[in-house]
Amino acid sequence: MSEYRLEMCDVVKSFPGVKALNHAQLKLRPGTVHALMGENGAGKSTLMKCMFGIYHMDEGEVIYEGQKVQIKGPLDALHRGIAMVHQELQPIPERSIGENIYVGRYPTRRIGPIVTIDHDKMYEDAAKVLKEVHLDFDPKAKLGSLSVSQMQLVEIAKAVSAECKVLILDEPTSSLTAAEVEALFTIVNELRDKGVSIVYISHKMDEILRISDEVTIMRDGQYIGTWEAKGLTTDFIITKMVGRELSNLYPHRENVPGEVVFEVEDFTSINPKSFRHASFNVRKGEILGVAGLVGAQRTELMEGLFGLRCHSAGKITYNGRELKINQPKDAINNGIAMLTEDRRATGILGVLSIADNVSIASLNQYLIGGIVLDDKKIEQLVQDNVAKLSIKTPSSKTLIQSLSGGNQQKVLISRWLANDPDIFILDEPTRGIDVGAKYEIYCIIAALAKQGKSVIMISSEMSELIGMSDRIMVMCDGRVTGFIDGAEANQENIMALATQFE
Amino acid sequence: MENRLNAKSVTNFLSNNAIILLIALLAVVVGIVTDNFFTPGNLKNLVVNVSPRFIIACGVSGCLITKGTDLSAGRQVGLAACLAAMLLQKIDYTARVLVGWPDMPWFVALAIVMVVMAVFGAVNGCVIAFLKVPPFIATLGMQTIVYGLCSVVTGNDPLGGFKMDYSNIALGSLGDWKIFGVQPFAAIPFFRAIPYLAIFALLVGLFMWFLYNKTRHGKYMYAIGGNESAAQVAGVNVSATLIRIYMLAAALYALGGFLIGAKAGGASTATGFGYELEAIAACTIGGVSTNGGVGKVGGILIGVMVFEVLKICLQFLRVDPAYTFIAQGLVIIVAVALDLRKYLAKK
Repeated sequence: MSEYRLEMCDVVKSFPGVKALNHAQLKLRPGTVHALMGENGAGKSTLMKCMFGIYHMDEGEVIYEGQKVQIKGPLDALHRGIAMVHQELQPIPERSIGENIYVGRYPTRRIGPIVTIDHDKMYEDAAKVLKEVHLDFDPKAKLGSLSVSQMQLVEIAKAVSAECKVLILDEPTSSLTAAEVEALFTIVNELRDKGVSIVYISHKMDEILRISDEVTIMRDGQYIGTWEAKGLTTDFIITKMVGRELSNLYPHRENVPGEVVFEVEDFTSINPKSFRHASFNVRKGEILGVAGLVGAQRTELMEGLFGLRCHSAGKITYNGRELKINQPKDAINNGIAMLTEDRRATGILGVLSIADNVSIASLNQYLIGGIVLDDKKIEQLVQDNVAKLSIKTPSSKTLIQSLSGGNQQKVLISRWLANDPDIFILDEPTRGIDVGAKYEIYCIIAALAKQGKSVIMISSEMSELIGMSDRIMVMCDGRVTGFIDGAEANQENIMALATQFE
Repeated sequence: MENRLNAKSVTNFLSNNAIILLIALLAVVVGIVTDNFFTPGNLKNLVVNVSPRFIIACGVSGCLITKGTDLSAGRQVGLAACLAAMLLQKIDYTARVLVGWPDMPWFVALAIVMVVMAVFGAVNGCVIAFLKVPPFIATLGMQTIVYGLCSVVTGNDPLGGFKMDYSNIALGSLGDWKIFGVQPFAAIPFFRAIPYLAIFALLVGLFMWFLYNKTRHGKYMYAIGGNESAAQVAGVNVSATLIRIYMLAAALYALGGFLIGAKAGGASTATGFGYELEAIAACTIGGVSTNGGVGKVGGILIGVMVFEVLKICLQFLRVDPAYTFIAQGLVIIVAVALDLRKYLAKK
């Protein structure tokens, strides 16, 4: 038996347009907590999905307990004792907690030739497992009756119930309160003492340094190195993660915030758990960062302003004029543009060409006689934007899905530029984008502000917010909890406002 | 993009066009083993059969491109055929249904039928766009409703006794066309033989090509099919576009039903039975993806032709019509499976 419980060596995995993993590796010792670190898009989640059998790797091998194995899928992984708590939860809210814990591997009972589900055993076992992780929930209650963070803990209980030898925790604390984080750490420590190998993915330095035994750092899908956690400093980790000095990460901004142009007062969702009484304003030529934990309802608030979600109260004023926004079209006609968080789900029109993707929001401008589209004018628009934003594409007829994430994002920015809006709402504009392309996106954002556009930028990357914003608005649990001047912002004062639960 | 001919691109071409190639091969084989297959008469037969089906397939294509479907297409064709029949029975026909209604020119009747059917399309569109009923269920319900209405309206009696200029639309060809007392195409051999039905299909084809490629409506349609949420974010009025698509579809079924009635010389509640599946199959064979966002008018035409060639081949081989249904059903499933494979492979 080797000293490692599980080894992943030379893993390569490509998606259309990106090489997500490029000779990545990870070696787990039994009874340790192993932190896996890297920027967004470094390939941490992809590597874990390869380990858990959700993705099949193009190259590389997995050695589990001394034997070379091929993990065929999540069920195979679970049978081998590998469990994973996903970053994005996959709950079935309408079913009970017990059923959610045992979905796909229900305890069964035979009645003659018929196999049925043994509900009694299931709820008994579920109660035991919940107790083991110090949770006091009724296993028969609907999962949907819990809060997001409670669901996350149930998810961890589910992983524990599989009696796993390897447990992957992908950003488990992103929506937990401080007390819940403590509870989680107790569970993690108990599991470690039982000999479980735990992969811990997180962005929070203090957590990493506190809980982990070893740290592996990845950058752009590549393996950078593995270190013992004891003696590591935050600066060292960041330098390794980013690969260059922090000061060069963001462009020099020359925008000068002017008078207030856009004001939101008492904006409240129709959903009582979502955004409430949000009031803020944005100046001409200002970049307003929006910070908050997962579940802070930042995206929901912005989608509400853009007309993608309904609001029950609130007033939006633009240049002193009150706006009525009930659907995206209203927002667009009033000079607001929005880059959504999930590019694939709500941004790109995948099977359509770049030309179609760029022109779709502004087709009214290219009509001849009110009916026929002027293809030449559209081509001109596309060529202008391809040159202006240096979009790398073979032609305007290329399908957008074959471009890299950064270029897709530039195409989406072009879509809005064609409308010449004054207010840009950017929701995680650099998510899943290579480091180099990120810098280009930052330059575009800085240029927009310099032209006098108002930019509202949601980001979960603290350094990005601090590096790019003139002012940062912080949200917690649906409420705006405060504003911090960009020059004075740091991780601590942002986190303090972001965890101001009622 | 490289355009070199290599083993992979050949395999891709073969699997992407498998059904078209197989049926073309079948046609060649049938042409060799039977007499009278490659004849002008059979070609005309093909054109006459393809024309109304192409118009119906064009209608359903918009639904498919937006990831929907329209299972009420066939029954709408049937109801349209019956309505046209009622409006265009001879004024002195003894069994005339609409006793007391005036004699009307065929194009007035056509316009009435198209408007009436467009209302059904609008209902489909509204149910799908506003009530968010999945298109499969919404149009399945509509299919039954339309069939029931058709039975009520016709009293389940077959309709016949059409006036001459209605029947002539199906029987006549360009050579017969008279304008200001002259027949401009009578002397030109090729044009003379083109059936009126083909002219209708050609005009619809040109209109659809223009609509899909040169107008906002077309771009919005492809955008909704490509990614409905993204289209909405980009300011596309998704509901209005969907309603327009289902209305236009119904208007085209009406035209298709009008022509099919003329061609058959009669109409009944059975008219149009199964046409929705033929139309969906033809679209899929012709490259309209049930995955949404993809489809060209030229492809639809090829799909309809291929499907009709298959039917004619089976006739020539004297296959029992019952088996023909089985073959058609298989082709539909295989066509959709092959289409979806293309997108699965990309993931």
